[in-house]
Amino acid sequence: MITYVVKYYDKLLGALGEHLVLVGLTLVFSLILAAALTVLCVYVKRVEAALVGVCSMIYSIPSIALFAMLIPLSGLGKTTAVIVLTLYNQYLLLRNFLTGLHEVDRGITEAAAGMGMTTGQTLLRVQLPLAREAILSGIRLAAVSTVGIATIAASINAGGLGSILFDGLRTMNMNKILWGSILSAGLALLLDRALIAAGRRASR
Amino acid sequence: MFAEMAGYFQNNMDDFLRAIATHAAISALALFLAAAIGIPAGILCVRHRGVQRWVVPLFQALRILPSLAVLFLLIPVLGTGLLPALVALVLLAVPSILLNTVAGLLQTPEFMLETAAACGMTRGQIWRSVWLPMALPMILTGIKNAVTEIIASATLAAKIGAGGLGEIIFTGLGLYRFDLLLAGGLTVALLSLLAAGSVSLLGRLLMRYKYV
Repeated sequence: MITYVVKYYDKLLGALGEHLVLVGLTLVFSLILAAALTVLCVYVKRVEAALVGVCSMIYSIPSIALFAMLIPLSGLGKTTAVIVLTLYNQYLLLRNFLTGLHEVDRGITEAAAGMGMTTGQTLLRVQLPLAREAILSGIRLAAVSTVGIATIAASINAGGLGSILFDGLRTMNMNKILWGSILSAGLALLLDRALIAAGRRASR
Repeated sequence: MFAEMAGYFQNNMDDFLRAIATHAAISALALFLAAAIGIPAGILCVRHRGVQRWVVPLFQALRILPSLAVLFLLIPVLGTGLLPALVALVLLAVPSILLNTVAGLLQTPEFMLETAAACGMTRGQIWRSVWLPMALPMILTGIKNAVTEIIASATLAAKIGAGGLGEIIFTGLGLYRFDLLLAGGLTVALLSLLAAGSVSLLGRLLMRYKYV
């Protein structure tokens, strides 16, 4: 197992790098999209229930099925992977963002409105700082789940740590299976811890 | 593409139906086992704080593991086939059921249990008619999460030889055939939505008093 790492460390590191790119891209896109959708929900209250419902429906579709359904549209590779991963994150992010915003005491938001703040100002200066905890836990959930689902994306040629896992399975190479699992699980745990630490630092 | 799909269904209806049956059967069995382990273990955790202290973090960590890793890591131990797939599915489903059971039981207000005791209920009665019903919504949410996780991972389990609808999708990926991809993908998606929907429906039936 150790000799395998010494011999093929460049391959493992390459897969890890690809995985990080996949996760990073997905997180950037999904945060932008989720923020836009949250703002939409704040301004147009009626769409909220429908939007969350649609997202939860997408979320309960197995990833490999969503990959399979999107291939006729966007082909094999990273594009499809990032689209699917971004779609999945919307449920986790949107739900947490909205819960966080709703949990802010009504008295506070009404006071802000009474002081003459617009909806946008209340959102940005009052609700957002107070909802930080929930927002961060949403981002953590999304990051961990993206690392996990991104391994499955290797089955549609998106690369990453999943390709080590699938290669190992095809050739029954235990070293590959073990290292693929260790690296992907480690990455998920590490990312989770890092985001917790970042959140602590931010709220100090 | 639609002509291809129609052709696929015409020629392979038996295989297709068998795949659905395998998928549903292994998912149902895994869910049953996971609930049979997760709910009692959750109750045990709440009764004995000592157990809770090491079981809950363990399962929280297990939940972070990518499902593909759990599925593949069992190969050295159990080989390939139906059994390792079943074990992996149970392992993946137990955390959400157990953690939600614990959370549901812990969030029951203390005063309700005290009132029940003051009314002269026995320990068993308190469990049956106060504690468990109060925790039921959370437990059902756990089961719903578990069911989607199980159906999704059962699709992946085709890779380790468990059969089911995943086999159609992976064959489609291998041959780059859209008809197989769509037939497999849409069916898995529908199965998953259907299962999640029926758990919600079960919740509504069990907690009818909420919707009167």
